[in-house]
Amino acid sequence: MSGTFTKSMARNIFYGGTVFFFLLFLALAFDTNSALPARDNRANLTPSVIAGKKIWETRNCIGCHTLLGEGAYFAPELGNVYKRRGGDFIKAWIKSQPTGAPGRRQMPQFNLSDKELDDIVAFLKYTSEINTAKWPPNIEG
Amino acid sequence: MQYKSQAVAKLYFMAAIGLFAGQVLFGLIMGLQYVVGDFLFPAIPFNVARMVHTNLLIVWLLFGFMGGAYYLVPEESETELFSPKLAVALFWIFLIAGALTIVGYLAVPYATLAQMTGNDLLETMGREFLEQPLPTKLGIVVVALAFLFNITMTVLKGKKTAISMVLLLGLWGLAIFFLFSFYNPSNLVKDKFYWWWVVHLWVEGVWELILGSLLAFVLIKVTGVDREVIEKWLYVIVTLTLVTGIIGTGHHYYWIGAPEYWQWWGSVFSALEPIPFFAMTVFAFNMVNRRRREHPNQAATLWALGTAVMSFLGAGVWGFLHTLAPVNYYTHGTQVTAAHGHMAFYGAYAMVVLTIISYAMPIMRGRAANSNRAQVVEMWSFWLMTVSMVFITLFLTAAGILQVWLQRFSSTPIPFMQAQEQISLFYWLREGTGVLFLVGLVLYIVSFFVSGREKTSAA
Ligand code: HEM
Ligand code: HEM
Ligand SMILES: [Fe+2]
Repeated sequence: MSGTFTKSMARNIFYGGTVFFFLLFLALAFDTNSALPARDNRANLTPSVIAGKKIWETRNCIGCHTLLGEGAYFAPELGNVYKRRGGDFIKAWIKSQPTGAPGRRQMPQFNLSDKELDDIVAFLKYTSEINTAKWPPNIEG
Repeated sequence: MQYKSQAVAKLYFMAAIGLFAGQVLFGLIMGLQYVVGDFLFPAIPFNVARMVHTNLLIVWLLFGFMGGAYYLVPEESETELFSPKLAVALFWIFLIAGALTIVGYLAVPYATLAQMTGNDLLETMGREFLEQPLPTKLGIVVVALAFLFNITMTVLKGKKTAISMVLLLGLWGLAIFFLFSFYNPSNLVKDKFYWWWVVHLWVEGVWELILGSLLAFVLIKVTGVDREVIEKWLYVIVTLTLVTGIIGTGHHYYWIGAPEYWQWWGSVFSALEPIPFFAMTVFAFNMVNRRRREHPNQAATLWALGTAVMSFLGAGVWGFLHTLAPVNYYTHGTQVTAAHGHMAFYGAYAMVVLTIISYAMPIMRGRAANSNRAQVVEMWSFWLMTVSMVFITLFLTAAGILQVWLQRFSSTPIPFMQAQEQISLFYWLREGTGVLFLVGLVLYIVSFFVSGREKTSAA
């Protein structure tokens, strides 16, 4: 890399290339934004779902579980748990934690009220209805 | 040391190493919880240990980057730091804020912490890597801006080299993209879409600029190769980084509700992301082979070459492994991801911080290089940590492939927890290797206290 290819040429390509591809990225993000309403299940973003998302966040569920494949890998995927288990099971499960089974991975007791349990279920139902291009491969997540 | 004010870097480096040790301890706690599920429960649930592990990682790397910048910029700009006092003040603010945050995670339930710290005013908590309470996030922004002011003013009053410009750009980008951590819409798809503007555009974007410039600086110093050559390489590498890495963000948009064209954009561009890492490896070896001097600090040269190789393996090879959409469909959110996350973070960012520390610390302690004995201990720690990380990655990759097979690919898929039990052997092996990693880290810390005849020749 010597001779005709100079440092200032390299620098100009750097700035030009970066600006070009960043603008292209912004354009794609803009297009995504307009395509999302058909995919992201926003019609079902009820107050209960929104409250459920906040419970999800303030209990740091993502610190053990994945949600649509993102998060921690210590406990099962929950993006499709509503389809796998149903709302009643989810509530009963959360209420009965921790199992205390010796040596088994433990989930904390969060002391959620009945309303909070309904909200978290609503959030997980909403999540399970997002169009994820057929991910996960099967119901086990 | 050419400029007095470079010495502030020492504080930052010491804090970085201390927090690194904390990070690894919590990694070992989690590694044990993977196989002995009720270990330390309910005192330290897994999700708490994980926040501590990953947040300490980010914070010690930030300390390392800032320390690196404080050391590098005066020397590149050929002038004293704009304000060493500000640098010292920011150090304490950042350290205390960081320590309080970790104490908060460990001492009170997360929901209580959220309530105490004003999460209701602006809900930003409870997302992976961005778990910090609002005051901590704001603190990060304030410290980052004041730091950038200090560094930018230094560059402006001195000489502007390619290395310091690329470093500055990387650091500004780091601060700017962090602002997306304040955007948390209730629409989960949008939340996830912009979350990656922090996480991906950091590690596969602007942080690579910081990586490249720190590495280029150390290579100039230890090889004595002409600056023109090294800086040209640096521009080529960071061009490749951003041209592939920005749109490469698409490899996170396959299955989160975004349009399906991202499977093409993401696969094609992210498949090219290994190229800049490969270029970095070629560059580093090339420069060392063409060296014009024998620098007495051989440990620093080893770290520099190690960074180049391990970042290519961790980010380039292990990233490529699962980046194409048809592969990622099966590996998304499994131990394969964890394997890659470990080797990439260690190989690229942990190692480049250890490289600049290895080069700069002896000089700040008044010698060109440490004694032979100290360097031998440091090199042992290099090999122990690096080889351990290679094996941790291999064990997690094996665990991940089995997990995918059992839970997602076979014709009779089994539930998550059952699959985890079947692969527990690999988690035990990972934990054992993790202990070896810790031994390497202890040795690394010990190397700072080993004496012997010091080397004083050329700096
Ligand atoms: C050596 C002992 C270590 C052990 C036993 C360990 C263990 C773990 C465990 C169990 C997790 C959580 C995985 C999950 O979510 O289920 C984790 C996450 C993580 N660790 Fe470590 N770790 C160690 C060292 C390190 C080092 C040295 C680094 C980087 C320099 C690192 C970076 C990370 C990152 C980036 C994550 C998040 C990964 C992701 O989200 O995919 N760890 N670690
Ligand atoms: C030094 C640079 C890099 C670092 C530090 C890094 C780190 C990480 C981490 C921590 C994750 C897990 C994020 C989460 O918790 O959800 C991740 C995911 C991922 N990385 Fe990287 N990475 C780097 C470079 C690359 C490169 C160059 C590629 C592609 C060639 C790549 C491909 C991927 C993919 C496809 C995922 C998503 C995995 C999944 O679907 O679960 N990474 N990376
Ligand atoms: Fe990425």
